[in-house]
Amino acid sequence: MDNRVSLPNSLVSVQNLSFSRGDKKIFDDISLEFERGKVTAIMGPSGTGKTTLLKLIGGQLFPKQGSIIVDGNNVHSLRRTELYNLRKRMGMLFQSGALLTDMNVFDNVAFPLREHTHLPESMIRTLVLMKLQAVGLRGARNLMPNELSGGMARRIALARAIALDPMMIMYDEPFTGQDPISKGALVHLIKSLNTILGLTSIVVSHDVHETAAIADYIYVISEGKIVGQGTPKEIAQSESDWVQQFMTGAADGPAHFHYPAKDYVDDLLSTGRRY
Amino acid sequence: MIEFLQQLGKNTHTGFTKLGRGTFFLLQVISGILSVLPRPRLLLNQMYSVGVLSFLIISISGLFVGMVLGLQGYYILSDFGAEETLGVMVAASLVRELGPVVSALLFAGRAGSALTAEIGLMKATEQLSGMEMMAVDPIKRIISPRFLAGCLSMPLLAALFSAIGIIGGQLVGSGLLGVDEGAYWAQMQANLDFQDDIVNGVIKSIVFGFVTSWIALFEGYDAVPTSEGVSRATTRTVVNSAFSILGLDFILTTLMFGDN
Amino acid sequence: MQHTSTQDTFVGLFVASGIVGLFFLALQVSNLSSFTERDSYTITARFENSGGLKIKSPVSAAGVKIGRVSAISFDRKTYQSVVKLNIDAQYNTLPEDTTASIFTAGLLGEQYVNLEPGGSDEFLKEGGKIEITQSAIILEKAIGQFLFKSAEEKK
Repeated sequence: MDNRVSLPNSLVSVQNLSFSRGDKKIFDDISLEFERGKVTAIMGPSGTGKTTLLKLIGGQLFPKQGSIIVDGNNVHSLRRTELYNLRKRMGMLFQSGALLTDMNVFDNVAFPLREHTHLPESMIRTLVLMKLQAVGLRGARNLMPNELSGGMARRIALARAIALDPMMIMYDEPFTGQDPISKGALVHLIKSLNTILGLTSIVVSHDVHETAAIADYIYVISEGKIVGQGTPKEIAQSESDWVQQFMTGAADGPAHFHYPAKDYVDDLLSTGRRY
Repeated sequence: MIEFLQQLGKNTHTGFTKLGRGTFFLLQVISGILSVLPRPRLLLNQMYSVGVLSFLIISISGLFVGMVLGLQGYYILSDFGAEETLGVMVAASLVRELGPVVSALLFAGRAGSALTAEIGLMKATEQLSGMEMMAVDPIKRIISPRFLAGCLSMPLLAALFSAIGIIGGQLVGSGLLGVDEGAYWAQMQANLDFQDDIVNGVIKSIVFGFVTSWIALFEGYDAVPTSEGVSRATTRTVVNSAFSILGLDFILTTLMFGDN
Repeated sequence: MQHTSTQDTFVGLFVASGIVGLFFLALQVSNLSSFTERDSYTITARFENSGGLKIKSPVSAAGVKIGRVSAISFDRKTYQSVVKLNIDAQYNTLPEDTTASIFTAGLLGEQYVNLEPGGSDEFLKEGGKIEITQSAIILEKAIGQFLFKSAEEKK
């Protein structure tokens, strides 16, 4: 089903990836392509290892099989310093924001600049304020992370992720647990950053509508396999039952409502000692 | 029986893997210290939260322990008519044992548990992961400065504990119970040796600081990244540090004071 | 980071007080002040029995501490105890015929070497030897002799 050749204009290319945690197979020989300058979404129910995929791309986890090529580099055969240099060009937005709790907003956004550049403080100030302006939170620069709402924290984290002007950003569940207004703000931000800065975006999410609104291409993953892919339109018209169930949110379908168990009547009538 | 053996084997296995991870972690932390040295600001901030914030509890405990030693020592020594040697008893027990050990136990409770909770929470809230993705090594940036601060603070805290305790013993001994002040200090000076007592006590506290900081930081770094995992790790820090401190104290005492 | 400077002050205070504590222990509590490796010279004394004498036991003359025992060894040929005494350089006028004896401070106290100056005009120098010595009194021996004697007298 997925035998596309690595396209010359794809920034990230995942090839025949397998990964398992303990006995549980998270990915089973999957291949994905992420095109430059596009928003590519990975969708699927919770627990399918979408976050794991981002960590694999970032080189924080090692695959059992297969390889991941980012901008021509095989992530898992890089030496440590090379990997760190590559990461400077990859931004990642964590689900929780992952802001450093002992620094205020300004210092958080300045953090990657201070760690990786020797810019004078005046220039750092200018850069930080520009990034904060881009996410609309220039006025919040003196707040501490615990004074921010979830949506604000994510926007600050986004400002921090773009501080070093990366070539790509990975968004881990950016819409989860947000009120409609924050969701809207984030959708708008992701889209506009993508077009204005020419970033490549990878969005991992299970929020169907928001993701469909911004994605150029969608992969739907379930139980370690790709069960559907295409543009949002193609996905919406997919003939796969599973994809339909996921997109419409039906309670039962190919993905069962019940956790696998033995027959209900037999189970109630059995007199086993344990359960 | 088989089950018991299986459990034992499993526990041994997990114990050894943890020790292995811990050793590897320690090596990374120590090699990370080199990158702390050019940035003293990182160290200073940690000296504050590790050292200064433990200062109060250590000095107050030191004062009280010294005063109690003064009282108890006086009651026992006066039975033998040897109150004059109160200074020796107070100072020797503080400098050799109580100073390093009690201050290390307090340090594990105050600073160690705080370190574990801090690192564990940073892990649970993906701050460490986030730092890695920003191409910043969390071991160098976060762990090594804290480790160094712990190793530097512990001997200072132990010395303060002993010094304040000795003064406390003198307050009770000569202020309250009438031991001659001159005898208190003179006997102490005549009978405590710089090399054998003071230096060995300082060596002990350096070892304890090293081990406690290692345990605290590793437990935090190795914690299950949930709130339950972090609270368990915090408990483990205090328990494991206490065991290690007391066990090591026995070993060090045998090595240092054994051949007399 | 507006708290930085107060934090720095506290850290400075903490480190300073810790170092003061260490110095206090070194100078006020221990014998570092009285026992800084001052110039000294070594003399040897041979005893039939050096009893419970230890390295670093005090050496005194007329009740004043003037040095320490630096080494104790057993001579395989003469079956004697060879005790090296480190004497402070300022006490360089001990006559050659000085007597060394091992005494006990109090009934149960520690043993020390007592030097009784003689009348010679020559003084002991580095590597010098004390010829006249008196061994440690072994309590069991003394008691045994006393009992033996009183038993003799009763006969």
